Amino acid sequence: MRARTNWEIVCTVDDLVPESGVAVWTEDGPVAVFYLPHRLPALFAVSHTDPFTGKNVLARGITGDLKGQPVVASPLYKQHFNLQTGQCLEDEAVAVKTYPVLLDGNNVRVEIPAANKESVAA
Amino acid sequence: MSKKTLIVIGNGMVGHHFLEQLVTTPAAADFDIKVFGEEKLLAYDRVHLSEYFSGSTHADLAMETADWYAENDIDLHLGEQVTGIDRDKQTITTPTAYYSYDELVLATGSYPFVPPIKGNEHPHCLVYRTLEDLESIRASSEGAKTGVVVGGGLLGLEAANALKSLGLDAHVVEFAPRLMPVQLDTDGGELLKRKIEELGVQVHTEKATTEIIEGADARLRMNFSDETHLETDLIVFSAGIRPQDALARASDLAMGERGGIIINDQCTTSDPHIHAIGECALWSERIFGLVAPGYTMARTLASVLNGDQEAAFTGADMSTKLKLLGVDVGSIGDAHGQTEGARSIRFNDEQAGHYRRMVISEDGKKLLGAILVGDNSHYDTLLQYALNEIKLPQQPETLILPESQGGAPTLGPDALPETASICSCHNVSKGDICGVIDAGCSDLGSVKSETKASTGCGGCAALLKNVVDSELEKRGVEVSKDICEHFPYSRQDLFNIVKVNGIRTFRTLIRDHGKGHGCDICKPAVGSILATCWNEHILATDHVPLQDTNDTFMANMQKNGTYSIVPRIPGGEITPDKLIVLGEVAKEYNLYTKITGGQRVDLFGATLSELPEIWEKLIAAGFETGHAYGKSLRTVKSCVGNTWCRYGVQDSVGMAITLENRYKGLRAPHKVKMAVSGCTRECAEAQSKDFGVIATENGWNLYVCGNGGMRPRHGDLFATDLSDEELIRTIDRVVMFYVRTADRLQRTSVWMENLEGGLDYLKQVVLEDSLGICEELEQHMADLVGTYQCEWKTAVEDPEKRKRFREFVNAPSKKDPVQQWTTERDQRRPLLEGEPA
Repeated sequence: MRARTNWEIVCTVDDLVPESGVAVWTEDGPVAVFYLPHRLPALFAVSHTDPFTGKNVLARGITGDLKGQPVVASPLYKQHFNLQTGQCLEDEAVAVKTYPVLLDGNNVRVEIPAANKESVAA
Repeated sequence: MSKKTLIVIGNGMVGHHFLEQLVTTPAAADFDIKVFGEEKLLAYDRVHLSEYFSGSTHADLAMETADWYAENDIDLHLGEQVTGIDRDKQTITTPTAYYSYDELVLATGSYPFVPPIKGNEHPHCLVYRTLEDLESIRASSEGAKTGVVVGGGLLGLEAANALKSLGLDAHVVEFAPRLMPVQLDTDGGELLKRKIEELGVQVHTEKATTEIIEGADARLRMNFSDETHLETDLIVFSAGIRPQDALARASDLAMGERGGIIINDQCTTSDPHIHAIGECALWSERIFGLVAPGYTMARTLASVLNGDQEAAFTGADMSTKLKLLGVDVGSIGDAHGQTEGARSIRFNDEQAGHYRRMVISEDGKKLLGAILVGDNSHYDTLLQYALNEIKLPQQPETLILPESQGGAPTLGPDALPETASICSCHNVSKGDICGVIDAGCSDLGSVKSETKASTGCGGCAALLKNVVDSELEKRGVEVSKDICEHFPYSRQDLFNIVKVNGIRTFRTLIRDHGKGHGCDICKPAVGSILATCWNEHILATDHVPLQDTNDTFMANMQKNGTYSIVPRIPGGEITPDKLIVLGEVAKEYNLYTKITGGQRVDLFGATLSELPEIWEKLIAAGFETGHAYGKSLRTVKSCVGNTWCRYGVQDSVGMAITLENRYKGLRAPHKVKMAVSGCTRECAEAQSKDFGVIATENGWNLYVCGNGGMRPRHGDLFATDLSDEELIRTIDRVVMFYVRTADRLQRTSVWMENLEGGLDYLKQVVLEDSLGICEELEQHMADLVGTYQCEWKTAVEDPEKRKRFREFVNAPSKKDPVQQWTTERDQRRPLLEGEPA
């Protein structure tokens, strides 16, 4: 019996870039991990796929905050996504998938939902 | 009730304006409207006719599209000349049909006056009035070297400009002792002559042409009454206009002694069903040869036909403000001081080339008229004093003295009365503007579209902005210049804060001067400012998160998330070996290859992880980054210059390479483009660039603040006949002043237009060092040039920086599975959405 969730090691602290994102490959596909050292918590993980274009680019967006919410702007057409909830600020109907993320010693772990594990196996 | 028929003869600017006005009134519903135009083209802007030779088309100049006429149910008959009017039967005749009318409007305009000189029927003797005339001039200029304009008035100088832009040696021959005799006095005319001659147009005053005969060295020879002569390949007559009144004359309407259809204050002729407006109409024994009075007549007549009993044309202000061949000329009211008791105050700075004259009333309280040459920055203020009869200050001379000599600041918008006319083309007063602001307009754009102010000649743009800003501020609407929610500052403010406080990181800046964590607006702006101030590598740890993806990865992201690569090819000059390397690299990585408009090669479809590998190869072959991803200097385009070209007079390629290498990598508020042409034929299209350099026999002419793109704009001539050193020094100063003071994402054109005082102010700052900052600007530029590094070279040599280019940090060999490709015209391209693989 598989555990309900799976905390996958995706990278180490050294791979992270402060105030920016990196892309990692998980069992659930491409995920963007952001490190915002002046916030608590400082780590965020959302899908790397831009929902407006289907392209894998979100980790390459500019981070920041708008009205207090931590956000990343898509590098393609500049829509903003809330890093905590995944909600798109410009379009209520659009959101990106978010993932729980934590620091485990020197490793960064992202929680991949087990239900998706089979269907997305690349 | 059946509809009445309204026929308009003439589809020029005034005829069109009349229709525009009429269709907004309830009366429009009472009429079936028919319009007849002799020309085959829809009404177009004759004021800007010479732009036809600098690239504008009929569509650019047209007042409206045919769709507009259709939408307003106006029956348009272009190319159908009206040949007769039968006033008894109320019909008009054309070569093909009869039409009945209930009301008839004559808007037939004028025709150019050709003086009765022997030989004036020669096929290379032309006139300047319609686009067709311009086509004839263009045809005649083929194989021609010189061109003469007969007539040194406003239109004549416009025509000379047209000849000059066709690459001809242009001459102006004027019968009077000075140029623009109607608008200018002797000193003003002299200065204008000098300035125009400096621009390469020869001016011959007090010349009466006696005959035109075959030339010896050119097609034609003009003999003058003083026994001198001039040879030329073509002649353009622009010696005034005559009302186009033949139809009216043939139908026995009351005419002026020297032509013109007599109208009353309601713009109605001696026949109550026939009206006349514009240059064909004679009101109070005057013909008005400017567009604004014609528009006023058009508006009056539209009101009259709409049943407005009060509507009346009561004369018009003939003040003019223009740029002739790049020289400012302004003339207001009684410019010659013909009013009884009038006195004049003159300011004449021969050194700077500025002449200003005020004509004031005997009691010294009112401004009656004015003349300006060389600098129109005082025009708006003086015009407001004259039109609104505002009481002059105690020492009226302060209005035309330079500020350093105690000159008064320009008249603020608050000082203007509600009746002050802001836009004379569309007759918009300050009160009208306040009205639409009260009705909800809250920015300049909406005020413009609501009132049409500043959409005619555009001469009032700066004044309009001042009035709108001031009125908005009064109503408590804050005109916010804040860059975003994180900084209550404009880009220029931030630049000063960074520079003065020696701030080197975004973190420090936002901690001390902003709030929150920043966003995709302020971060790249600050990144650009930091780069300009300190020139550190854009991938230095602190700067990475500030950059847009293009800057971060030093390539241009395309729609599928891959990147394109543009290596620098200075001046567009490339060796065959380097070209082969580009080809080999493109082939190896299967990159779609295209030549850019900036004389470079763009390689598309590289993935993130391929970028450093590709650049290693390019750098080994001697390439540098082209900064196509940055808000910075892109390319310096050039023609081949005098090294090869039979017509080139300078080494344009050499200069382009020098400029490109000097300014490469410089971070700016927006992209900056340059070009160098080796002769006046302008093959490098330099006038469409932020900085355009055109070779002359004596050096270089510099044009600034042009651009292509969505709203193309030609650069303004900034300085002439510069040496290499002077050229570079001048560009250094303008570039640096731009980088320091422009707003975020503001191209040089918009920046310059928003500078208070515009081009003239910029000239003062850069050419006359009016702010005393030129040395600092040059030093700053020298520092930046000295610390240039190729960002890609630094990046590929640094393993830490290279780590940034891993597509997935935990799976270096993993390829992005989203990418799907197909082949088109033998090259790879991304699959479009929904396109089968």
